[in-house]
Amino acid sequence: MNKLLKSKGFQNASASILSIIFGFAFGFIVLLISNPANAVGGFLTILSGGFTGGMKGLGQTLYLATPIIMTGLSVGFAFKTGLFNIGASGQFIVGAFTAVFIAVRATFIPTEILWLVALIGAFVAGGLWALVPGFLKAYRNVNEVIASIMMNYIGMYLVNFMVVQTVFDAARNQSMTPTRAIIPKVGLDTLFNGSNVNLGIIIAILVAIIAYIVLEKTTFGYELKACGYNRSASQYAGMNSKRNILLSMVIAGAFAGLGGGLLYLAGSGKHIQVVDILAAEGFNGIPVALLGLSNPIGIIFAAIFVAYINVGGFYMQLYKFVPEVISIMVAAIIYLSAFSLFFREQISAFFKKRTEGK
Amino acid sequence: MDTIYFVFQNSLLFTVPLVVVALGGMFSERSGIVNIALEGIMVIGAFFSIFFIKTFQGTIPPQLLFILAMFIAMFVGILFSLLHAYASINMKANQTISGTALNLFAPAFAVYTARMVQGVSQIDFKNNFRIPKVPLLGDIPVIGNLIFQNVYITTYIGIGILVVASIILYKTRFGLRLRACGEHPQAADSAGINVIKMRYIGVMMSGALAGLGGLIFVVPISTNFSGSVLGYGFLALAVLIFGQWKPSRILFAAFFFGMMKTIASTSTIIPFLADLSLDPAIYKITPYLATLIVLAFSSKNSAAPRAAGEPYDAGKR
Repeated sequence: MNKLLKSKGFQNASASILSIIFGFAFGFIVLLISNPANAVGGFLTILSGGFTGGMKGLGQTLYLATPIIMTGLSVGFAFKTGLFNIGASGQFIVGAFTAVFIAVRATFIPTEILWLVALIGAFVAGGLWALVPGFLKAYRNVNEVIASIMMNYIGMYLVNFMVVQTVFDAARNQSMTPTRAIIPKVGLDTLFNGSNVNLGIIIAILVAIIAYIVLEKTTFGYELKACGYNRSASQYAGMNSKRNILLSMVIAGAFAGLGGGLLYLAGSGKHIQVVDILAAEGFNGIPVALLGLSNPIGIIFAAIFVAYINVGGFYMQLYKFVPEVISIMVAAIIYLSAFSLFFREQISAFFKKRTEGK
Repeated sequence: MDTIYFVFQNSLLFTVPLVVVALGGMFSERSGIVNIALEGIMVIGAFFSIFFIKTFQGTIPPQLLFILAMFIAMFVGILFSLLHAYASINMKANQTISGTALNLFAPAFAVYTARMVQGVSQIDFKNNFRIPKVPLLGDIPVIGNLIFQNVYITTYIGIGILVVASIILYKTRFGLRLRACGEHPQAADSAGINVIKMRYIGVMMSGALAGLGGLIFVVPISTNFSGSVLGYGFLALAVLIFGQWKPSRILFAAFFFGMMKTIASTSTIIPFLADLSLDPAIYKITPYLATLIVLAFSSKNSAAPRAAGEPYDAGKR
C-alpha cells in the first residue's frame, strides 16, 4: 500500500484529481454567484453529465470524446517528446478539410472504402501540416509554440479558402455533406439510441493504444522521448535528434488531422463553417492531454471525462444556466494543472512526513 | 489619393491596437515571462470596459467616457494578468499552459457573464467616438488627411505609448533592469535586482496594455462585442516576434500587418488591387506566413530575450 502511495504514477494522478476537484469547486462558486437558487440543481446536472440523457447521453459523450481523444493524443504525444503542440487546431481543420474533400470529390473510389481513404487522407494531411513547425524546430531552432500558432491561422484561412473553391455549399456558407463516406455505425447507434456515436470512437481508442505501445514499448518511442528529455545527450548517444523532433511533431499532427476526419465524417450533420474562428477541438486537446498526464491511456479517460461534463453543460440549460460555465471550469482545471509540479511536491511531502512519523 | 488616405486611415485602426498589445507582450517577455495570454487579456479588458461604456453611454460625454473606459480596461487587464504572473513566477508553472488557461477562460467568462446578466452574449454600444477632423491640424495638407481626419483618440494615445515605452526600455534604470531579468536573471539577482518584482511588473505592464488593446481594437471597428477579439492577441504576438522585441520595429511590423488586414477586407473596392483580383485569403495569410519566414531566417541569431519562458531558479546562480 505504501509502495503504491509513493509511486510516481499515483502522485501524478492525484495531482490531476486535485486540479479537477478544485476546478469543480470553482465552477460551483461561479454558479452560486450567478444564480444561487438553481446552483445546486445545475451543479448536480454537471456531475451527472453524460448519464443525464440515459443511453443517448452516454452515446453523445463517446461521440464528443472521439475528436478530443485524437487532439489530446496529439498534444500529449508531443508533450512526451518535449514539444508543446499548440497547433492541433490547425492540423485538425486541415485534416477535416482533406477528409471532406476526398469524401465529396474522389468519386472514383468505391463507396465501401471511401470513408477509410478519406480518414487516411486526414491523417496524412495533419501530419504534413505539422511538418512545418517540426522542420523549423529541428533544423532552424524556431520555437514550436510560435510556429504552430502561425500555422493555426494559416490553416484556418487556407481551409476556408479551399472550402469555398472546392466543396462549397453557398446557401449555408459551409462545406458540402459527405454523404458517400460516413463512418459506419457498427450497431452503436442502436445500442446508444438517438446519439451520433460511431466506429470513430473505437478507431480513436485503438490509435491511443497503438500510441501507448509505440511510446512505452519500442526503441523508436524511447528515442523520441529521449530527445525530448535532453536533446544534446541523445545526440551524444548516437540518436538523430533532428529527425526525431521532426517525426514527433509529424506524428502529433497526424493524430490531430485524423481527429478532424473522424468528426466531420461522423454523419452528425457537422460541416466546416466558413468563419474566421479557430477550431475549438484543437485547444480542447490541451486540457485532455494535461489531465491524462500525456499518457495515451490516460488521455482516453480524460477525453471521456471532458466530453462527459460538456454533455452535462448541455443539459444544464434546463436550469437556465449558460453552457460556457463548462469552459470556465475546464480553464480553471488547466490553470491548476499548470501547478501540478507544486501539487506533486506537496503530495509527496505529505506522504513522506506520514511514513517518517511512524 | 483618396484611396491612399482611406487605406491609411483604416490601417491605423488595426495598427494602433497591435502596437499597444505587442508592446505589452514586449515588456513581459523582456522581463523573462512568455505571455501567450495576450488574447485572453484583450477579451477581458474589452468586456469590462465595453460593458462600462454601454452602461454610462449618454450620461458622460463621449471622449471622456472613452478615456474612463480605457482606465477600466487597463485595470482589469492588470488584475487578470496577475493570475499568469502568480502561476509563472511563484508557482514556476509552464508559462504556455498558464497562458492557455487564461485564453480559454476569458471568452467563456465574457460570454457566460454577458448571457447571465443581459440574456444575450452580444454587448451593443453606440460608436460616437470618431473625430471627423481635428481642428487646425486637420487642415494641414497630406499629413492632416493621414492622421488628423477620421481618427480616434486612440491613435494619439498609441503613439504616446510607443514613445514612452521606448524611453522606458532604453533610457531608464528600470528598463535596463527589466531587460537584465529577461536575459540573465541570475546575474541580475547577484547585482541586487529583485527578479521576482521586476517580472511581476513586466507581466502587469503587459496586462495593462493588452487590456487597453482589447478596448481600442473593438471600439473603432464595431458596435458590439461578443467575447472575441478575433485572434488579435496572437497576431500581436506575431508582431512582437516580427518586430524582434524592439519598439521601433514593432511599429513597422504592426503597420505592415494592419495594412494587410485592411487590404484583405477592402481589396475589392481599391481600384489597383481589384484589378489584380487576388483572393482576400492571400492578404489574410500574408502576416502569419511572413512571420514564419522571418522566424526561419532569424532564429539562429534571434533577438528573443534569452531567459524568456524559464522559471527563475535562484539556485542556478
